Amino acid sequence: MANFAKSTVPQFSVDVYQNEHLPEGGREVNAIVTVTATGGGTLGSAAGAPGHAPGRGPSAAVAIMVDCSGSMDYPPTKMRGARDATAAAVDALRDGTHFAVVGGTHVAKEVYPGGGRLAVADATTREQAKQALRRLSAGGGTAIGTWLRLADRLLSSADVAIRHGILLTDGRNEHEAPEELRAALDACAGRFTCDARGVGTDWEVKEVTGIASALLGTADIVADPAGLAADFTRMMETAMGKEVADVALRVWTPVGASIRFVKQVAPAVEDLTGRRTEAGPRAGDYPTGSWGDESRDYHLCVEVPAAGLGQEMLAARVSLVVPQPGGTARASEAERGGGSVHNLGAQGLVRAVWTDDMAASTAISPQVAHYTGQAELAQVIQKGLDLRKAGDFDGATAKLGRAVQLANASGNADTAKLLAKVVDVVDAAAGTVRLKTKVAEADEMTLETRSTKTVRVKK
Amino acid sequence: MSQMPQQAAPSKCPNCAEPVESGDLFCGACGYDLSVVPAPPQDHPTLTMTGPAAPGDGVDWPAPEPAGSGGTPPPVQAPADLPGTDSGGRPLHPQEPAAAGVRFDRPDEPEEYPLQAPDPRVSADAGAPEEPAQVCVACRAGRVDDDGYCENCGHAQPRERDHMERESGPVAAVSDRGLRHHRNEDAFAVGHTALPDGSPAVLAVVCDGVSSATRPDEASAAASQAAGDALLAALPRGTHPQTAMHEAIVAASQAVNALADEPDPAQEHGHQNAPACTIVGAVVTSGLLVVGWVGDSRAYWVPDDRSAPPARLTEDDSWAAQMVAAGLMNEAEAYADERAHAITGWLGADAYELEPHTASFKPDRPGAVVVCTDGLWNYAETAEEMGEVVPPDAAARPLHSARVLVGHALDGGGHDNVTVAVVPFPAPPQGAGSA
Repeated sequence: MANFAKSTVPQFSVDVYQNEHLPEGGREVNAIVTVTATGGGTLGSAAGAPGHAPGRGPSAAVAIMVDCSGSMDYPPTKMRGARDATAAAVDALRDGTHFAVVGGTHVAKEVYPGGGRLAVADATTREQAKQALRRLSAGGGTAIGTWLRLADRLLSSADVAIRHGILLTDGRNEHEAPEELRAALDACAGRFTCDARGVGTDWEVKEVTGIASALLGTADIVADPAGLAADFTRMMETAMGKEVADVALRVWTPVGASIRFVKQVAPAVEDLTGRRTEAGPRAGDYPTGSWGDESRDYHLCVEVPAAGLGQEMLAARVSLVVPQPGGTARASEAERGGGSVHNLGAQGLVRAVWTDDMAASTAISPQVAHYTGQAELAQVIQKGLDLRKAGDFDGATAKLGRAVQLANASGNADTAKLLAKVVDVVDAAAGTVRLKTKVAEADEMTLETRSTKTVRVKK
Repeated sequence: MSQMPQQAAPSKCPNCAEPVESGDLFCGACGYDLSVVPAPPQDHPTLTMTGPAAPGDGVDWPAPEPAGSGGTPPPVQAPADLPGTDSGGRPLHPQEPAAAGVRFDRPDEPEEYPLQAPDPRVSADAGAPEEPAQVCVACRAGRVDDDGYCENCGHAQPRERDHMERESGPVAAVSDRGLRHHRNEDAFAVGHTALPDGSPAVLAVVCDGVSSATRPDEASAAASQAAGDALLAALPRGTHPQTAMHEAIVAASQAVNALADEPDPAQEHGHQNAPACTIVGAVVTSGLLVVGWVGDSRAYWVPDDRSAPPARLTEDDSWAAQMVAAGLMNEAEAYADERAHAITGWLGADAYELEPHTASFKPDRPGAVVVCTDGLWNYAETAEEMGEVVPPDAAARPLHSARVLVGHALDGGGHDNVTVAVVPFPAPPQGAGSA
């Protein structure tokens, strides 16, 4: 694994927003934990650091997986768009980055460089890669699991700090069982991160979002193949901005406490509750993937044993670690009995204080309220669209009306715009809507794919 | 009984007590120059440091003492001379100060005490030694982490300020977190020193952090420390105790104001309330009792001879007290209102205007001064109630008495932090028992 001892790992900071006051007998503690990474590897500063390409940010390996199934030729603009987008992404590669291009059908093929290796980006290899892309042609089925497994093999062949994949598909994963994709995702989770894109409107939203979710990347729709190049460039730039991989949110809770949920709530909703790995007594790690200079919010809900009025308890201690299974003894003080970790220093305390002051205990932290609303927004959009597909138009109207209300109240303008393409808004504040009789498929898929995007609390 | 701070006229000649009209320049009876007396503010329930000398009717007042080395001592004011109501709503009788039980005259010859060795500074950290907790007091299983929480059950460990006791010469104070609050936001300072003439002086300062502000615990700690230090520095220099008290409150206010400039990482952005606290202090010398306060922390006078009635020496800066003072409500109505305990004066950067109240008394008999936060007086509001719970030997055993009084508040429910200082009057000479 990568060595972080001298690398330009960004500085992490943790801020906790909560109302720590509980009424007598109260047990549920909610907090929004904002994690911010700043000041990571800047140009030049990483020179000579182990695991880093000379002169520039942390070493990275990227695999681009392009759907080459037969449907990519209908219309032919899709295949052309995919080729152009991949070429644009290759152009965005930082010099020294390891990369490969995988062509995906019902099997996975190495398009470039081949031979089970990764190329190292420079002017020559970029040109060779683009030459190889011209030979890409459509034909065959879709078995995304095989693409991911090949990408994993290729990415793990290099000793680098950051491993990332970019996956493009235009259709359903029809040529393997869902369990095979599931198994491939489980095998790849934690080994590399992956952004997933659906082009056109013939793909399955839940498949693409599921891949991004499992591999801690982003999911989006590119309805018009012409937009692919810009999107791929953006994704690659983001990937090149990552400075530290495999960061985990370590949550300690006291004995007798249980974690109701841990969710990333910004920039998008991602439930991490089920992804806990135990890390010593009363502590667990939740994967967050790789970080550049960025800030994310997490909603932590802990149930603690009730204590008497006037008592104060630490309900959770949140810190950021890079777990290093098999790593050398660089165990930090925070690590007690778990595997070797690199502790990123910052931590936040979530407290519980029992009080008989009703004004204090009934107040809801504005951050908690906001993200509770954002999480509900994502949920009601999903449910509303599911009900609409199932033909339950009354149920769909109710759910999407609630979604309009929440998006309106929280200032989530992007989601509000997407909702307005699916429903006619009569009264946004009251959540009164009518389903549109005719909805473009791309609009509906865009809304579903982006339903988890959140906005942050207005300052 | 409580003293209303000075009220509107018809005021009396400070020399002969003849009623005078507002606007009179000289007393019609004795010719006293009234211009030296500032006109009492109308409807202003505060005492100011520069208050008029207002001797009681028919009382032969001794010369104020001790004379300050640095200039004219401020006049001494006896609250019983002022009209007002007691906490039961009954009018006070300024014409009968003796009947009110506290006599403010002293023998013409103040008692002489042996010279007391000055003790300029009392360690603020005496008492309440903190053992580094190794094992959690709640579950007795986990170790305690650097943040003061058990690494097993998460319970916050007792902190140094949860219970503090301190004794300094003849004065003692006890502060407790109480039973319902998660931390102690009260703080106190006690000390004893000597005046330039060698006579003893004893002081106590008690502060109550305003919970709705940020870092109330730091505010009360800073204020009590600053006020205590200021008094211990000023009194040996010969500053008149009342002047010293005024200056101490100003110093405390500045200390609290300074906290507002410090960033508070623990607080949510946009919810910054400047740290704030109340203050009440008492200085006792061989013949003089001076109190000063801002907010709703109080001082009570409890004579050793319980046949004489006790008295409340301070007037809250609270909504209820203002309503009563302004004549808009009677005391029962005012204190029944949910706004009753909202304070209208405090130390802190967001206070409207600092109005330190000070008052001087010359009790005619030995007793004890109870300086406390509302954590105690909520359970013994009137002077009579306070008199009943103060042990008879309070002046002789101040630490014991302070513990008893804190215990009274905890027995009553301990809904707030409770802090009590007990100061014997007169200040006993060092080495001697109670006077």
